[in-house]
Amino acid sequence: MTTAQRLPDPYGNGGGANLADILERVLDKGIVIAGDIRINLLDIELLTIKLRLIVASVDKAKEMGIDWWETDPQLSSRAGRDELARENAELRAHVAELEEARAEVPARERAPAKKEAQE
Amino acid sequence: MSGLRYVYAVCRPFGTPLPAQLTGVAGVPPKQLVHGDLVAVVGQVPEEDFAEGPLRAHLEDLDWLGATARAHQNVIDALTVVTSPLPLRLATVFLDDSGVRSMMEEREETFLRTLDRLDGRVEWGVKVYSEPTEPSGETSGESGVSGGLGDTGTRTASSPSPGRAGSGRDYLRQRRNQRKESEEKWERAEEFSRRLHESLSGYAEDTRIHAPQNSAISRAPGRNILNAAYLVPRTESEAFVELVDRTKDDAPGLRVELTGPWACYSFSGEDA
Repeated sequence: MTTAQRLPDPYGNGGGANLADILERVLDKGIVIAGDIRINLLDIELLTIKLRLIVASVDKAKEMGIDWWETDPQLSSRAGRDELARENAELRAHVAELEEARAEVPARERAPAKKEAQE
Repeated sequence: MSGLRYVYAVCRPFGTPLPAQLTGVAGVPPKQLVHGDLVAVVGQVPEEDFAEGPLRAHLEDLDWLGATARAHQNVIDALTVVTSPLPLRLATVFLDDSGVRSMMEEREETFLRTLDRLDGRVEWGVKVYSEPTEPSGETSGESGVSGGLGDTGTRTASSPSPGRAGSGRDYLRQRRNQRKESEEKWERAEEFSRRLHESLSGYAEDTRIHAPQNSAISRAPGRNILNAAYLVPRTESEAFVELVDRTKDDAPGLRVELTGPWACYSFSGEDA
């Protein structure tokens, strides 16, 4: 029934391939031959394309309401900072709690510990 | 004739004309430039866009780059239907036909060797993603429970007021469990990817593991764990695709994505 088709094509034609897949191959794979026009793709890829891609894609993704990585500490430094700040605040509260509890302990019980610390 | 020559690929002569409606970079239909036992597929491109200065500037322009990459891939795709091309990297540009001819002559031996190796083969791309986790909705996994039991062993230190210390302790334990859970999830994903790669390699003549794709670039949800390419004979492709399809359901929380058939981009290197 599909005699004209030489290969299985389960995911639609090549037009549906995602841009990252295409860029990965045409920029990073494929045989490198120095033509008459000398451009070092690697320089451009590392310094500019990558950064611009990330920025552009993030903005586009946000427009589409996809922003889960912002709250994933492994992917977002901002989420990481938020989490650290929260953790820090909770630990501070806990330390304050402990110090309060310690202050209630009679002074004579604390004295040996103090002495040890000085040695 | 003015204009530069953009070279898409080098092939063995394939005897059929390219589709009449096929266009490539700069909207120009590619043509075949035969030289000896080789054919270069080339397109004429304007100097005002493809001379060194303008080309460098264009490559900084994401829209231009995306359109050019798709146009390049469009031609390679059309070639992959009729032959097994040796794809060149984006923006390989010569001044004229004779520049392309002398390049082919210089590299003839290598080209022929590589083309023989790729003849009748295609490249399939397989990626494994771990599905994105919801920041707070994922605390009740079965692994979280076992992690919690393990952690009770640490509850030996004396505390001046256990009741009041509970909140901080619980918080830290919860943090530890979450970390452990994500480590276990990561291990499961790696294990699945390793097994998948192993069984797919059985159908492939050669494989390449590429760096995982940045999810911000691909806009694919989840975290890319495996990004691999497989060199598969056309005759084996159907079985390969079926195998990928079958494994898709074996992996809760993971997503397997197949792309292709591609020209053998990942296997075009002379070292292979």
